[in-house]
Amino acid sequence: MTAVPNDAAIVRERIESPTGQSLRRFLADRFSAAAMGIVLLFVLLAVFAPFIAPHDPYETDLFRRLQPPAWMEGGEWSFVLGCDGLGRDILSRIIYGARVSITIGLAVVMIATVIGIVLGLAAGYLRGWVDIVISRIVDILLGFPYLIFAIALMAMMGPGLKNIILALVLKEWVVPARVVRGEVLAAREMEYVEAARAVGAPRRYIMFREILPNILSPVIVVSTIRMAHVIILEASLSFLGIGVQPPTASWGSMVADGRAFVLDAWWVSTFPGLAILALVLSINVASQGLRDAFDPKFSD
Amino acid sequence: MLLTRSSATDRPAPLLSIRGLKTCFPTRAGLVTAVDGVDLDVQPGECLGIVGESGSGKSVTFASVIGLIRPPGRIAEGSIHFDGADLRTLDPGGWRRLRGRDIAMTMQDALTALNPALTVAEQICEVLVAHAQDLPRRNRWRAARARAIEMLRLVGIPAAESRMDDYPHQFSGGMRQRIMIAIALACRPKLLIADEPTTALDVTIQAQVLDLISDLRREFGMSVVLITHDLGVVAEHTDRVAVMYAGQIVETGPTRDLIAHPRHPYTRGLIGLIPRLSDLDAPIKPIEGQVPDLIGLGGTCRFADRCELRLPECRQDIPMRPVGAAHEARCIRAGEDLP
Amino acid sequence: MTHQEPPPLLDVRNLEKVYHLNDGLLQRVMREPPRVLRAVDYVSFSVQPGETLGLIGESGCGKSTLARTVLRLHEPTSGSIVFDGKDITRIPLAEMTALRRRMQIIFQDPYASLNPRKSVEQIVGLPLALHGVAKRGELRDRVVAMLENVGLKSGHLGRYPHQFSGGQRQRIGIARALILNPSFVVCDEPVSALDVSVQAQIIALLGTLKRELGLTYLFISHDIGVIGHVSDRVAVMYLGDIVEIGPTRALLNAPSHPYTKALLSAVPQIDAGSRRERVKLTGDLPSPLAPPSGCKFHTRCPFAMDVCRREAPVLRKNGRDALAACHLLEIEHAA
Repeated sequence: MTAVPNDAAIVRERIESPTGQSLRRFLADRFSAAAMGIVLLFVLLAVFAPFIAPHDPYETDLFRRLQPPAWMEGGEWSFVLGCDGLGRDILSRIIYGARVSITIGLAVVMIATVIGIVLGLAAGYLRGWVDIVISRIVDILLGFPYLIFAIALMAMMGPGLKNIILALVLKEWVVPARVVRGEVLAAREMEYVEAARAVGAPRRYIMFREILPNILSPVIVVSTIRMAHVIILEASLSFLGIGVQPPTASWGSMVADGRAFVLDAWWVSTFPGLAILALVLSINVASQGLRDAFDPKFSD
Repeated sequence: MLLTRSSATDRPAPLLSIRGLKTCFPTRAGLVTAVDGVDLDVQPGECLGIVGESGSGKSVTFASVIGLIRPPGRIAEGSIHFDGADLRTLDPGGWRRLRGRDIAMTMQDALTALNPALTVAEQICEVLVAHAQDLPRRNRWRAARARAIEMLRLVGIPAAESRMDDYPHQFSGGMRQRIMIAIALACRPKLLIADEPTTALDVTIQAQVLDLISDLRREFGMSVVLITHDLGVVAEHTDRVAVMYAGQIVETGPTRDLIAHPRHPYTRGLIGLIPRLSDLDAPIKPIEGQVPDLIGLGGTCRFADRCELRLPECRQDIPMRPVGAAHEARCIRAGEDLP
Repeated sequence: MTHQEPPPLLDVRNLEKVYHLNDGLLQRVMREPPRVLRAVDYVSFSVQPGETLGLIGESGCGKSTLARTVLRLHEPTSGSIVFDGKDITRIPLAEMTALRRRMQIIFQDPYASLNPRKSVEQIVGLPLALHGVAKRGELRDRVVAMLENVGLKSGHLGRYPHQFSGGQRQRIGIARALILNPSFVVCDEPVSALDVSVQAQIIALLGTLKRELGLTYLFISHDIGVIGHVSDRVAVMYLGDIVEIGPTRALLNAPSHPYTKALLSAVPQIDAGSRRERVKLTGDLPSPLAPPSGCKFHTRCPFAMDVCRREAPVLRKNGRDALAACHLLEIEHAA
């Protein structure tokens, strides 16, 4: 049904850019706004880890080996979540571990998104051989299982924070690139693009100033979801021992450390596991909210 | 409106009777009253034209009639009677029996109104099996298929028998509109509501589709409501016409009379801005201004801000007043002889 | 009559625009024959300075492609386009960009043709900024002046397209097209997406602007009533061909091509007196991928003869100042 809204009703609203509207809608959705709050909390934990963490995450104390959480017998409140096999405070290690997860998650997704936007725009707008080359590379990379690709690269380059980021970016960029290319293919047929050409706008202007702002919303939404994936991947690599190297605290390696005592000291792997769960879940919920808020179908 | 109260005795009871219909949609900016106090009758066998621009409420009025107003939109007031039944108290089962069988509606955009995943044959047969009582109990689908072929031939689909197993996207725009008419008419409804049936079509195809609707109306003796923005279409194809503006009917009457002697300034404006092929020098006179905001209207003639004839007295609710035989207009100056 | 006429502002000769569909890598590898869509099929016409040439035809006839090819928004396949005495068919894009100041286009869809993420000031100011014709401080003043010319207000500068009605959006599109003071403007169905009362406002505005700014229009529409009122001359297109072209009055009052006749008789008329006997067409528009042989109209023409299936007619004088491409006329002529 072509029910209702009359143009006049729309004109009365106060002046607000489309992006502003989307953000307002996002904040009005309490559930996803709360999830975003949790994500920001993790970010704050990561940034201010040295001030928040109650203990040095690297300080070993064999007297505290596998000390249980505070509420269990033998626990004490200064080591709330207990200690690991080397007697290190689990809470402090989780707080420091947030640094690894968030640094890698943000860095990989941001670098990959920038690369993906540039290559996706080029493929989608310029078409021709540029599109053929980029699309083939994307297809080939999509053919590799993510984890095996990362493991192979890490094996070649050796472990380390920079290498993890590099390995993940090399594969991750295809996701935003594909999204951007698809969106550009639709957007380049819009009359406003033709209008820009008709007034003499150069190609670069059309790609980055006319098309890009209009396709950014889906890219941001996808990148947010991908950040959750990347965090899980980093945890997986660290769990397998080819990610961040000890003694640096990473949630993945913490889970791995606890494997040996999982029956008699469950807290060693459970709490970092819960941290991964909480962060990934919050990111996913927040990204759902972002998608709803930015989706033009829901705009009013 | 009750336009024929004096002559009501010699007329059959209307097939569709709408009284005081008011349909509202809450929006963030406020309550939009898309249809505000519409009175309409559709007589058996007649073709009624509903003319108006977007936002006039012409589509919403008939979406209300066949129960297609989606929440949060709702019918706030008024009564709708069809063939003796009160449609506002109908239960979902009653609606299912009514829609498709007694009242059918065709939409403006045939491509989105047809299901892209089903063949044309499946879509027509589905309606027939659900509604047509005269189909035999046994071999119902085969009988439905035979009837479907007949309908598609009737609406002028070439090679209907072989093409009915194609999907909607395999047909051209004009053909899709015909298929939708075939589906709408499959159960021989008493009332066909055609919502802008030709807006998406080219003129040569448009003429074919409108002629087809007129022929089928005579053949089946059904009533047709033709919703359009094109007064030319109304002039050629309808018996009676109602002009809508900002949620209200502003003028209604026999088509020929209304077009020859429009009494409401808006109707005159509409007629004045049609480019005529017969007189290329006649200037197209625009109606200045914009359609009013549908929020918080009332207490004034809705056209007053754009009207050249307005008087201070126009700032009140104006009732419909008779200006001729079965001809009414919502204007305090409708009775005056103006140039 | 030719010796008095000034040289045309736009002169198009044998223009052809072909699209190759199915031309992907896979198709090339598989040696599939490319499917050819000849959207514009060797079309010739000219537009005199100050006149409005109306271009009419049904959807898919190639009228929009023709207009965009003339502006080199699409690259022509063959033929020549001469604008103001200069052949622009093959000039490099940089040179073309400079010419865009003089050749502009107004689009059909007032919703799709404005970038939803840009304010009115950015949209209307863009041509000025791109061509560097206005200094920073001056730019806003010129945008405001242009907005007032098209019936908008300076208060609209910071607003976004979604805050306007369809008619107002079309005014923004007109302002964008005219702010560089072009001499030639393509109006591509500028009113067909608008309500009738708004249509009349925009038509009136385009007429006023044409008189004030001395514009030349190529006005595309499928609405014969609109074309009849705005044009000095009319060209009728069918499947990529111009089938009839001539002065508006001669062509609309006494059409000679059967397609023009059918088109005119199909337009619903409000007053019974001016209704014409309907020339009924059968069938649908053929697929432009496989146009009929000979005269492309013969599959729907009520007067089709054998010769129509074999030979394509050429445009020739019909004795009433207009040119039409129909075998019937040749027979009449011979008789």
